[in-house]
Amino acid sequence: MNKRIESGISRRTFVKAASTAAGSLLVGIHLPASSEQKKMPLQQTVMNSFIRIDNDNTITLLANHSEFGNGAYTIMPMMVAEELDVPYEKIRLEPAPTRPEYYSPIFREYLTAGSVTTGSCWIPLRTAGAKARAMLIDAASKKWDQPSETLHTNNGRVFSENGQLSANYGDLLHTIHAEGIVPPEKVALKDPSKFKILGKPARRHEGSSKVDGSAVFGIDIKLPDMLYGSIARCPVYGGTAKYYDTSETLKIPGVIKVKELSAGVVVLANSYWAALKGRKALKIEWVEGANSSLSSDLFFQEYRDLAGKPGIVAENIGDSIASIKLSDNVIESVYEMPYLAHATMEPPNCTALVTNDRCEIWSGTQSQSNDQKVVAKLLGRPQESIIIHRPLMGGSFGRRAAKSADFTVNAVEAANGEGVPVQVIWSREEDIKGGHYRPLFVHKLRGAVDDEGMPIAWHQTVVGQSIMEGTRFAPAFMVNGVDLYSVDGCLQEPLGLFPYGTSYHIPNHRVECHNPPKIGVVPMEWRSVGHSHTGIAYECFLDELAAAGGKDPLDLRIALTKDNPRMHKLLKLLKEKSNWLKPIGKNRGRGVAARVYSVSPIAQVAEITMSDNGEFTVDRVVCVVDCGFAVNPLGIEAQIEGGIAYGLGAAAFGEIELQDGQIKQSNFNDYNVLRITQMPEIEVYIVSSDQPPTGVGEQATTPIAPAVVNAVFNASGKRIKRFPLAKSGLKLV
Amino acid sequence: MVTLDINGKKRPINSDLDTPLLWVLRDELALTGTKYGCGISMCGACTVHMDGEPVRSCALPVEVIKNKKIVTIEHKQKNGILSLVQQKWLEHDVAQCGYCQSGQIMSATALLNKNPSPSDEQIEAAMSGNICRCGTYQRVRIAIRAASNALTQDAYL
Repeated sequence: MNKRIESGISRRTFVKAASTAAGSLLVGIHLPASSEQKKMPLQQTVMNSFIRIDNDNTITLLANHSEFGNGAYTIMPMMVAEELDVPYEKIRLEPAPTRPEYYSPIFREYLTAGSVTTGSCWIPLRTAGAKARAMLIDAASKKWDQPSETLHTNNGRVFSENGQLSANYGDLLHTIHAEGIVPPEKVALKDPSKFKILGKPARRHEGSSKVDGSAVFGIDIKLPDMLYGSIARCPVYGGTAKYYDTSETLKIPGVIKVKELSAGVVVLANSYWAALKGRKALKIEWVEGANSSLSSDLFFQEYRDLAGKPGIVAENIGDSIASIKLSDNVIESVYEMPYLAHATMEPPNCTALVTNDRCEIWSGTQSQSNDQKVVAKLLGRPQESIIIHRPLMGGSFGRRAAKSADFTVNAVEAANGEGVPVQVIWSREEDIKGGHYRPLFVHKLRGAVDDEGMPIAWHQTVVGQSIMEGTRFAPAFMVNGVDLYSVDGCLQEPLGLFPYGTSYHIPNHRVECHNPPKIGVVPMEWRSVGHSHTGIAYECFLDELAAAGGKDPLDLRIALTKDNPRMHKLLKLLKEKSNWLKPIGKNRGRGVAARVYSVSPIAQVAEITMSDNGEFTVDRVVCVVDCGFAVNPLGIEAQIEGGIAYGLGAAAFGEIELQDGQIKQSNFNDYNVLRITQMPEIEVYIVSSDQPPTGVGEQATTPIAPAVVNAVFNASGKRIKRFPLAKSGLKLV
Repeated sequence: MVTLDINGKKRPINSDLDTPLLWVLRDELALTGTKYGCGISMCGACTVHMDGEPVRSCALPVEVIKNKKIVTIEHKQKNGILSLVQQKWLEHDVAQCGYCQSGQIMSATALLNKNPSPSDEQIEAAMSGNICRCGTYQRVRIAIRAASNALTQDAYL
């Protein structure tokens, strides 16, 4: 992992006096008005690809990862600040332009995803900070004629050995230019024992803008002469308009125009309300197309059948089939998971301005380079000519990584030919019915335990649509015809891109996969991706095997991870912190689950209370995590709390149902999500280590579902195998 | 044309009278701190105060609010409960993506305006209409409790 990161460091470091016309890049970034006003006439020094210093001492980080609640805009300045020796709050953030030198070294795309941001910034941003600091020291050394090794820095200033001479960073820029100082080839990074910022709890860098309404999200972009667009979409995903009557729409004051797009029919108006009213007044006859006969029930039926048939073998350790055949303690289960919508709080939206020589986009996309490529192709223009501005994003959870760049394309098509900016906003109903979901999955599991009660064989068959098949990411993610995202989380050993397994050791371990045709809706990444289904099936069935072998489920996991020291240690800590051995009382239960995703091991114990009528509460969740060096403990805790809330809501009542080609759910009235009354008390224990930092944004999402289901079994003896729990008569209150 | 009292200022409104307050605030007055989340009063992202009561502005046509005082997240008032709640929100680093937080803060402020020392149950009840997909609920509880403590113990106002 480390090696991959280092090989991706941009060597494009240079110094130049630049009067960057950066104003157009600033939309959406929280920036005190005063520093923006002061910025333009100043001399600026580009220290390297990531850092620019103005001679008024403003330090700007060109941030190449997006902020959607993940904390990227906090950990990035923390890393630079640590090495540059300035308070992280003082670093200004500006989205780095969508150019290859800013692509993620892991994805080779301008992309914020997969819980890899902290890990992929760890070396490059610290290096950028350290190199900039080395240049400033070099400048002071030359200016004062003192050996550089005698100088030191503190709080944005360079000091001489005796402290008699000192200079602000901004005051040294002139010397950097005059002396032609360039970044050093190599620079030593700080030893972690010397860290003043990294590893300490840090509040959100853009936090103040998020309590007074000043944070600028995509939906808040306002441009001169901007029109608003609302799109009428076929109730069956993929359908098209056969005929539409605009007469009533055009009577509505404020409505400017109606036109057809690839996604449907858009109404353009001078306010969103007028656009929405205009859209509702359209009379449209749709051609529903091939998807009109599809339903979730049919998919479940078909997938259950497939689960009983041999699939493509994704992993085959030992001989599970023979071992199960020989065993007299065999159990079998089928777990079923529905489609899930992401339901980001900020509904999809995008603003675009398309003229003959310009295309500018303000999009809350996770993948700027993807959207840039898609739009370039759509308009037949060079990729680098498409300018992507980056606002803050109101949640993402994978939804903003659509390979089709769907909501960005909506705005570009709507704006094309208008000559003024157009902002297309999806209603919540469009979002819930929008056809981009965590795909529906069926998992069939068979397993056997030996005479000591230990699992001896595991045979899992995964059935569900592939996310990556047929996309330009297929070469990296499709291995032997299996989408890694279908099986990530149930493989015991690393496969393809994913350098980790379950952390358990079961001597015979077989995983097969069916990726049935991609029809009906668009299968998408959803917080924790493969684990969001594989992990649930795995951890629930492991609990079944524990019961079959007469083992305590947590002790079993401790025993199965003895070759995986990080997880083993975590589980022992979890046993202690959760008071696992303490009797829990009547109608109450504890359940455990443990996962490794994006390298980080994580484990949770959930405590629940059940009523006879099926109502239950999740009272307490204890979570232990090892995400390597814990860069920002406060942010890590936030991600864990949030991941648990997201996963718990989905497990309890998340379900998108397809019926006759249409989505039954429409809004938060029938697509229920977790509310404050259902939020458990969460305790987080971070086991920080000297390993490089690894993911924490998605990790907590998965274990909560099996931990709760296993707690239900502990409390009631009932095994839940169909999700959400509401479908199985359990109601989270 | 109607005139609305928003954050203590009289604002003439050109939008059609059936326009929900949310879109008047956002599109006509450029007060974009109040957010669209669902349009059917189910998520609370658009919460503002109307004569001190928390209301969902997404389902409130301007014609029904002519003589009421509207307060939004942008309201600046020194030493008011809103600024106290904002301060506690920052101290406890509540926000993640931040999109729902204007609504959360307005609901919390309305609660504390009426009841400076709410019980845990009263906090849950007052906040149950505000969805946060990032799951900041635990910190929402803590920040409200902290604001309540400041109000009751330190005679904040």
